[in-house]
Amino acid sequence: MNREGLSRMTHSLRACPGFGRRFLFALAVLAGFLQPAAAADKTLRAVVHADLKVIDPTWTTIYITNRYGYLVYDTLFAFDSKFQVHPQMVDTWTVSPDNLTYTFTLRPGLVFHDGQPVTSADCVASLKRWMTKVSAGQVLGKFVGGLEVVDKATFKLVLKEPFALVIETLGSPLTAFMMPERLASKPANEQITESVGSGPFRMVKEEWRPGNKVVFARHTGYVPRKEPADYLSGGKIAKLDRVEWLYIPDANTTLSALMAGEIDYFEAPPLDFIRIMKDNPDLTVVNIDSLGVQGLIRPNSLNPPFDNFKARQALLYLIDQPEFMQAVVGDDSLYMQFCGAYFLCHSANESEVGAVRKPDYAKAAAMLKEGGYKGEKLVVLMPTDRPQYAAAMTVLIAALRKAGVAVDIQSADWSTISVRRARKDPVDKGGWNLFITTQGGPDTANPITNGWFNSRCEAANNGWACDPDLEALVGKWMREQDPAKRRTMIDAIQARAYESIPYVPFGQFFQPIAFRKNVTGVLAAGLPVYWNIDKK
Amino acid sequence: MAGFLLRRILMTIPVMLVVAIVVFLLLHLSPGDPAAIIAGDNATTADVETIRVSLGLEQPLTTQFARWIWALLHGDFGVSVFNKVSVWTLITQRMEPTLALAGVTMTFAVAIAIPVGVLAAWKAGTWIDHLAMGIAVLAFSAPVFLIGYGLVYEFARVWRLLPVQGYTPMGQDFTGFWQHLVLPAITLGLVFAALLARMTRSTMLDVLNEDYIRTARAKGLAPRAVLIRHALKNAAVPIVTTIGLGIALLIGGVVVTESVFAIPGIGRLTIEAVTQRDYPVIQGVILIASFVYVLINLAIDVAYAFLDPRIRY
Repeated sequence: MNREGLSRMTHSLRACPGFGRRFLFALAVLAGFLQPAAAADKTLRAVVHADLKVIDPTWTTIYITNRYGYLVYDTLFAFDSKFQVHPQMVDTWTVSPDNLTYTFTLRPGLVFHDGQPVTSADCVASLKRWMTKVSAGQVLGKFVGGLEVVDKATFKLVLKEPFALVIETLGSPLTAFMMPERLASKPANEQITESVGSGPFRMVKEEWRPGNKVVFARHTGYVPRKEPADYLSGGKIAKLDRVEWLYIPDANTTLSALMAGEIDYFEAPPLDFIRIMKDNPDLTVVNIDSLGVQGLIRPNSLNPPFDNFKARQALLYLIDQPEFMQAVVGDDSLYMQFCGAYFLCHSANESEVGAVRKPDYAKAAAMLKEGGYKGEKLVVLMPTDRPQYAAAMTVLIAALRKAGVAVDIQSADWSTISVRRARKDPVDKGGWNLFITTQGGPDTANPITNGWFNSRCEAANNGWACDPDLEALVGKWMREQDPAKRRTMIDAIQARAYESIPYVPFGQFFQPIAFRKNVTGVLAAGLPVYWNIDKK
Repeated sequence: MAGFLLRRILMTIPVMLVVAIVVFLLLHLSPGDPAAIIAGDNATTADVETIRVSLGLEQPLTTQFARWIWALLHGDFGVSVFNKVSVWTLITQRMEPTLALAGVTMTFAVAIAIPVGVLAAWKAGTWIDHLAMGIAVLAFSAPVFLIGYGLVYEFARVWRLLPVQGYTPMGQDFTGFWQHLVLPAITLGLVFAALLARMTRSTMLDVLNEDYIRTARAKGLAPRAVLIRHALKNAAVPIVTTIGLGIALLIGGVVVTESVFAIPGIGRLTIEAVTQRDYPVIQGVILIASFVYVLINLAIDVAYAFLDPRIRY
């Protein structure tokens, strides 16, 4: 027990009657309570937002696996805090005058955790796997005519037609992680269960306890870049000996453990804990993601009335963003009063074109009628185990009712809803009309990687947004080589999106992290990364 | 006795088969899909379908069941659909914390409940009885998570006497082992101790009114001898039954307690597997829990014969 604890206990015991005092002392002695002071080690104990289950970052889009990817693997390119892309594993790169051939040369000294050098053959195999599985890679893959190994450190990417965003796509957070060729050449539908990357930390697999703990140790062979760390780019210097990811599903327990010094870092504290943590002098609370999280309402474009764009547009007039954000977040310092940008406010692609600021329930009712709504019950999917989604859905239901919509609330846990929302059936045969979800970070900030913006009909996410005109605009945007022209094209894309409504944004909010004061160097990288962090 | 034991052991086979069928059908007929969870929130329908195929979940239920049972008969519980770790490995990794928690809890509960129950019966109608039973009613009524959070707040956050969460194996750190188990064992044990204390009191009251107790007192036996040797021994059969049944209560409580105190045991493994629809893990855990429960019942039946010479199989 530390001095502070002893003082607190003595104070409390003074207030106890004689029997209570003796009982508590006896209990303390029996328990052998004297806790050792926390050792001044270089192990960061971090409670992460989910249990790491899948260690193949190309096999799933789950955030926790992506974060594992950034610890264990390295990337060819990476974004800085101004969303400019920089080489990471790549030393130099050139583009041919016709913009069709990209030649990349790797930095010298890159080695995998098993001691083998990173070669261009590893990168080519990793890129091919990524282009088969990951949405951003699939988009790039459609333009790629070939990937060729030139020598051990050099490879070429040859395009069939110009694609303006090759480097940006390689640097996006849904990036390709470079794996050894022997792993990356496995079929894309076969999950990789080995953990061999070339990133700043290596997974200590023998200490992995699924559902409880994942251990990472510093990769001593890692050669960081010389530039200072900035967002996901620059020198990834591992200052910690070990990082332990602990999975504690109960947020109250995690908060207590952080306050007691049993853990150092709380990756995703519930937003209603933020104020308590800010008031605690032992803790630092910071927002590491300047873009934040976007809440969205997804209509099912296959079922009436939302198969009609007028009915989808009506949803815009049901949204009072501060009301949604109050229900979802509460603390008004953690959300924006209004953000009408499909590609997030504060991003390079921020735009207000077409956004509707205030609700107008009468107008919504009229538009729904115009869109074919005849008073039937609309099925909304209410998740019972995701409090933020449930809160937003509650506000949406109230707004729908104000517009005269009959609502059939179908409650289930998220796992059940994940299956239900994939059903394309009519509502009377198990289909649905509306559900709520969130997305965040740089993925959301452009039309290629924003998964819910994808309006490719059958190939779109659940809800099957379908707008060939919008997709044509996105296609032109991704082929345009001039960044200034691309920026102006975003306004046209958003204007079209506010006509076809792939989804309705209902607000943008921020998810801070919390850590103890003896932890320094936490980077605002958009997602939790563990290089640059030190522990005193 | 040997014949009885053999019969009971053989009976576990059809019991386990029924459990296996029911668990498999309940899981696979209930909504939810591990492939959708693996794919992530932003996955397309095609992504999810690809994963379903790679996991073999698109095959007919009968094929999936036959494959599972066949593997089970060969001692193979399968692998987690998420991390590809064998279910047996996951269960054995989680077994020690749960057994330690259950063992310490049971010892704590029995050590408190039986003396309190005997005392309350001995002093029936007095303030000691009322106080003991009042506390028992409170402990039995309070939700486990409420007791847990209360203890964490006071002993871990305010006084910092004990750790908030986690588990340390005894072989790694003996002191740490006890430090980590004190609060969870009290949290879980209070409910069980309350149930057992009330049961002990009630059974003891019945026994204390028997003629042979009056006779023992009349022939001048010391009160302690009357209580322990004559009354408690004869009240033991229902008490042992309650202890056995209480293990089921304990299994339920372990799930909550392990979550509150972040103990990486079977309870948390079960919750995570259920919420993620990790079918092989859920099936493995339930089968093993059922087997353990059958064995406990068998042990209780055997204990009857030792506690009451009139019982013969």
